[in-house]
Amino acid sequence: MTFLQLIRKNLFRKKLRTTLTVVSIFIAFLIFGILASFQSSMNAGVDLAGADRLIVTNKINFTLPMPIAYVARTAAVPGVQRVAHASWFGGYYQEPRNFLVAFAIDPAPYLDIYPEYILPPAQREAFLRDRTGLLVGKAVADAYGWKVGDRVPIKSNIWRQKNKSDTWTFNISGIITGKETRVDTNFVMFQYEYFKETRDVGGDTVGWMILKTADTKENERIMRDIDALFANSPFETETKTEQAFNKAFIEMMGDIGSIVLYVVGAAFITILLVVGNTMMLTVRERTNEIAVLKTIGFTAQRVFALVLGESMLLALIGGVLGVLAAFLITSAIAQSVSVLATMTLTLDTAIIAFVLMALLGLLTGLLPAIRAMNIDVVTALGRK
Amino acid sequence: MSDALIVLKNIAKRYTRGKQQVRIFDHLDMAIPKQDFVAVMGPSGSGKTTLLNLLGGIDKPSEGEIAFDGKRMDDLSESKLAAFRAANVGFVFQFYNLMPMLTAAQNVELPLLLTKLGPKARRERVNTALSIVNLADRARHKPSELSGGQQQRVAIARAIVSDPKLMLCDEPTGDLDRETAEEILSMLQTLNRDLGKTIVMVTHDPEAARYAKRTLHLDKGHFVEKDLNA
Repeated sequence: MTFLQLIRKNLFRKKLRTTLTVVSIFIAFLIFGILASFQSSMNAGVDLAGADRLIVTNKINFTLPMPIAYVARTAAVPGVQRVAHASWFGGYYQEPRNFLVAFAIDPAPYLDIYPEYILPPAQREAFLRDRTGLLVGKAVADAYGWKVGDRVPIKSNIWRQKNKSDTWTFNISGIITGKETRVDTNFVMFQYEYFKETRDVGGDTVGWMILKTADTKENERIMRDIDALFANSPFETETKTEQAFNKAFIEMMGDIGSIVLYVVGAAFITILLVVGNTMMLTVRERTNEIAVLKTIGFTAQRVFALVLGESMLLALIGGVLGVLAAFLITSAIAQSVSVLATMTLTLDTAIIAFVLMALLGLLTGLLPAIRAMNIDVVTALGRK
Repeated sequence: MSDALIVLKNIAKRYTRGKQQVRIFDHLDMAIPKQDFVAVMGPSGSGKTTLLNLLGGIDKPSEGEIAFDGKRMDDLSESKLAAFRAANVGFVFQFYNLMPMLTAAQNVELPLLLTKLGPKARRERVNTALSIVNLADRARHKPSELSGGQQQRVAIARAIVSDPKLMLCDEPTGDLDRETAEEILSMLQTLNRDLGKTIVMVTHDPEAARYAKRTLHLDKGHFVEKDLNA
């Protein structure tokens, strides 16, 4: 028998109580794992945003358009290396529930500005050649089983064609993969020219501009210059770094960070009380046994370690099982829900979970361990 | 008194109970020779258990000195006293006080977790201790699967496994029937005679006291020695 085995034997002497406590810790860490993975998935766009990329939108609202002429004028601003534009399509496949992140792009510059998108050269060429070509992110291709050469109809819940149809038909020219797994590939893109010619309204306008700067130190000045360039016009602009833009976009859905904090915080406070109470009860029940251990030579420090080790082991078992379950669930979600394709339990989340496990074990075990350490042998054994 | 294992000199012991101070011992002197087997008898509240607590280093005197094997132990820190108990004293309680979730062998092994012995050496020591108390075949049984007498034998094995010089037994047969009690007392006698353990046993039972080499009567904090075995 080792010291650790003694801790384990103590922990599992009341199997039902320990199992229920482990289950409650398991649930807390499951909630944490899933919510943190969701938050991480939402923040992936912010974390991976290029420092040298700026986004220019309509100042009133980023859903409002701006003239396509702005693209050339922006390109002339000193320090701007490359400019592309994109327009929101509001697409879905067959049924509205099959929502697609779809937008019309200025093909060559757009692909140049996003080097994290991997597209085989032959597919890139095919896309540039075909006005009705469609680039499909891998997450979407996997979700619908699409492959290069397929012809797919995509409907829009915003736009209509001049013939009043809400459906555009595209040829899939290429499948885009991400340079790393966290790169979101849940989108489809097609040529702006085809979109502009076929849509019934909108004329020569685009949704937003993306530009690459030559030197990130110049970003602040470039942003000011661009917005000044279009000031007092019918289409004033607001220029932000891509990171700030993505962050603001996510925050429109709600402050996910705060939601995660509140839910996880509530779960952990509850667990703290449940486990802390269980540990106090455990020590109270074992007063006599602890006194015997001290009588046969266990020091107060060793008794302290014995009780604290028990609460640490309890937190570790429930926590590790919870994190493992969260990993399996988030992986399953990522595979089956295309809009959450980047959802994964990251190493950072796992490390935070381990820190939380240690804190939980420490906080719930500290008072009972101090109590056990201070048990007076004479008084405790005199109870008999 | 060079052959004394433990010497108590001018011991006073006082407890505070509520607002009252209770005096247990006052100017108590005592010497227990090596390999002695002493029974301590006396009415309830006479200080028998307090005496065992002092001898075993789980309580400290209010005044006076206690020396074990020539070295003072009353001024040791709590952690040093714990180490002293682990190395020198084996305790046997009236209600066995075994850990219910551990097997007999694991209960016996407990004091060895405080030593530097490896798993193999610990296993050998445990087997030896269980053989001495004739319980080698019950090594894997938990306390709830053993009779009262068997549980007390496991407790004795736990007390001797680290080969202490002193064994302190607090009413070791108080919870057993006559036949089992005699078995346990004979075992203590053997441990004293064959293995040279010094034993101090607190008991209410004059029959149990007969197994000791001598009996001390404690009354109002003072000894009256009577040689019942002469």
